[in-house]
Amino acid sequence: MCDAAEHSCQPPQDNRRGFFARVSIVLSGVIGVLITLPGVGFVLAPVFARSPRVWRRLGKVSDFELGKTVSVQFEDSSPKAWAGVTALTGAWLRRVSEDQFIAFSINCRHLGCPVNWIEDAALFMCPCHGGVYYADGEVAAGPPPEPLARYAVRVRDGFVEIETSPVPLTTNRV
Amino acid sequence: MMLAKVWKWIDDRSGFTDVVMPMLEHVVPRDARWWYVFGSATLCAFVIQVITGIALAMVYVPGGDVAYQSLMYITKDATLGFIVRGMHYYGATAMVSLAVIHMTQVFLHASYKYPREMNWMSGVVLLFVVLGMAFTGQLLRWDANGVWSVMVAAEMAGRVPAIGPYISHFILGGETVGGSTLSRFFAIHVFILPGLIFAGIGLHLWLILRHGISEMPKPDQPVDPPTYKEAYEKRLKKTGVPFWPDAMWRDVVFSAIMVGIILACSILIGPPALGSSPDPANIHTNPMPDWYFWWYFAILSMLPPELETYVILGMPVVGLLVMLLLPLFSNRGHRAPSKRPWAVGGVVFGFTAFIVLTIYGYQKPWSPDFDVKPLTPEIIASDDPSVIKGAQLVETKGCLYCHNIDGHGGFRGPVLSSIGDRLNRGELVIRINNGGYNMPSFAASLTAEELSDIVDFLQTRVSHPKKDEPLPEEI
Repeated sequence: MCDAAEHSCQPPQDNRRGFFARVSIVLSGVIGVLITLPGVGFVLAPVFARSPRVWRRLGKVSDFELGKTVSVQFEDSSPKAWAGVTALTGAWLRRVSEDQFIAFSINCRHLGCPVNWIEDAALFMCPCHGGVYYADGEVAAGPPPEPLARYAVRVRDGFVEIETSPVPLTTNRV
Repeated sequence: MMLAKVWKWIDDRSGFTDVVMPMLEHVVPRDARWWYVFGSATLCAFVIQVITGIALAMVYVPGGDVAYQSLMYITKDATLGFIVRGMHYYGATAMVSLAVIHMTQVFLHASYKYPREMNWMSGVVLLFVVLGMAFTGQLLRWDANGVWSVMVAAEMAGRVPAIGPYISHFILGGETVGGSTLSRFFAIHVFILPGLIFAGIGLHLWLILRHGISEMPKPDQPVDPPTYKEAYEKRLKKTGVPFWPDAMWRDVVFSAIMVGIILACSILIGPPALGSSPDPANIHTNPMPDWYFWWYFAILSMLPPELETYVILGMPVVGLLVMLLLPLFSNRGHRAPSKRPWAVGGVVFGFTAFIVLTIYGYQKPWSPDFDVKPLTPEIIASDDPSVIKGAQLVETKGCLYCHNIDGHGGFRGPVLSSIGDRLNRGELVIRINNGGYNMPSFAASLTAEELSDIVDFLQTRVSHPKKDEPLPEEI
């Protein structure tokens, strides 16, 4: 005869129930993992993908006036067909000598807003939080912690080319 | 006869009278009156958002290339598109505002105390999700403002130590804004966050049924958890009224007024104008969040840069935790505002700060103003050619973007209307050449002659008491 206080001699039916409950809980967990993981991986994949860096032509060298800073656009390294204009990135390009160019990122190093080049004042100014940079990209005023980022530029066969790269992020090293 | 039979069948099989009616008729305190209409109005605003949102999603194309055009079509050409988009916008405004008002009322009356801690906590989570909806919704306009807001969000996330860049790239759907960016925000805005809101509202409403609506706070009725429930039930039995229709009619009247206002705004004012297209060539854009975030925008702009990262990342987390844990630290004692001066003071302080910061966020005195009005001959008030030349230079060299002269110019730097009284020639030259706190040095971009002309002009800027116009207010 079974004593209710004694654990080991439950009726066989209770063992069966406990077993079914455990199987159901474990299997539900397995189902959850199986149906979630592919989707999560799919969504997170771009985080770890590194886009290749490619050179994009901006125009003939002769199109750019010496000493002038102008706004240019170039296409990302692997643009999606449906990206439209958002596949383009802007930059400020300045011709500094016969065959030398500097390209500044238009992203303010504070929070990424697009900086404007003010020709007469020879300053880059950010419309968001008052960041100001000198012509060489060094911080002149406001909250930016770093100088403007630059893109690599080269001259090939009479054309100015710019190298695509990720959006410059102002990160905190630990 | 037939209809009654059909209804009887539906009622019997669905259990409406057995299950739903008792919920609708649950007994509530009779004294709440108009205080308690804000929660249901928030729910009504959400229903507007769901209905107009589904309608918009039938036409809106969440693709980086044509989203902007599809919105242009909705706003300008589609039948009733103008009104539907307007309702979605003003509905969002109503939902954010009413959620905050509802929460303030609950806080002032301390309805979050025992046993309604979880009602409050689910509400806090809902508030943050609603703010997430407001932010992602603004991005879906996908004009230059929307695209740059994504950029700002990615840059903020990038500040997180160690994993920042990963979060940024998750937000952007890659290393730059591109084809994958908008569709992510679309999925978040129409599936993930609304799903959370539905679940949150379900829990929130269930908890109302489980714990009952709180009474109006009375100074002689502090909450004592061991005896609260029994005393509450006893009082309710004596004086309570069924929610439907004794209390609910006020909710319905208030919601009807709200819907009327939202419709009127959509028809008379219309949806917010779309900014310029998201072309990155469009660098002359001026990214600005919708009004509910201006206060935060102002804080970020006025902080000393070394504190910035901590505030950008810390404030939302600390804000969420403080609000979430509030009822766990304070779940007993007085509910009446008259016995809780700190709570009342906190609300007054919070709203004052919100209003002041919102005005600041709108005026953006910390930003250069690129749309300055040119100085008029009346302001220059001189025939001296070098003064006139100097006045032109002050404009073309960008001084006016940050400095204001007689109402013309930005407010980033000091007002120069009477700078001639404060600084002499030598001091002006040094300041312009070397720059100063938050002022760039202009030594490299001005010739000696230009500098001299500018200083000539600035020296004529003295307080002029004979002028009729009042001086512009200094901010």
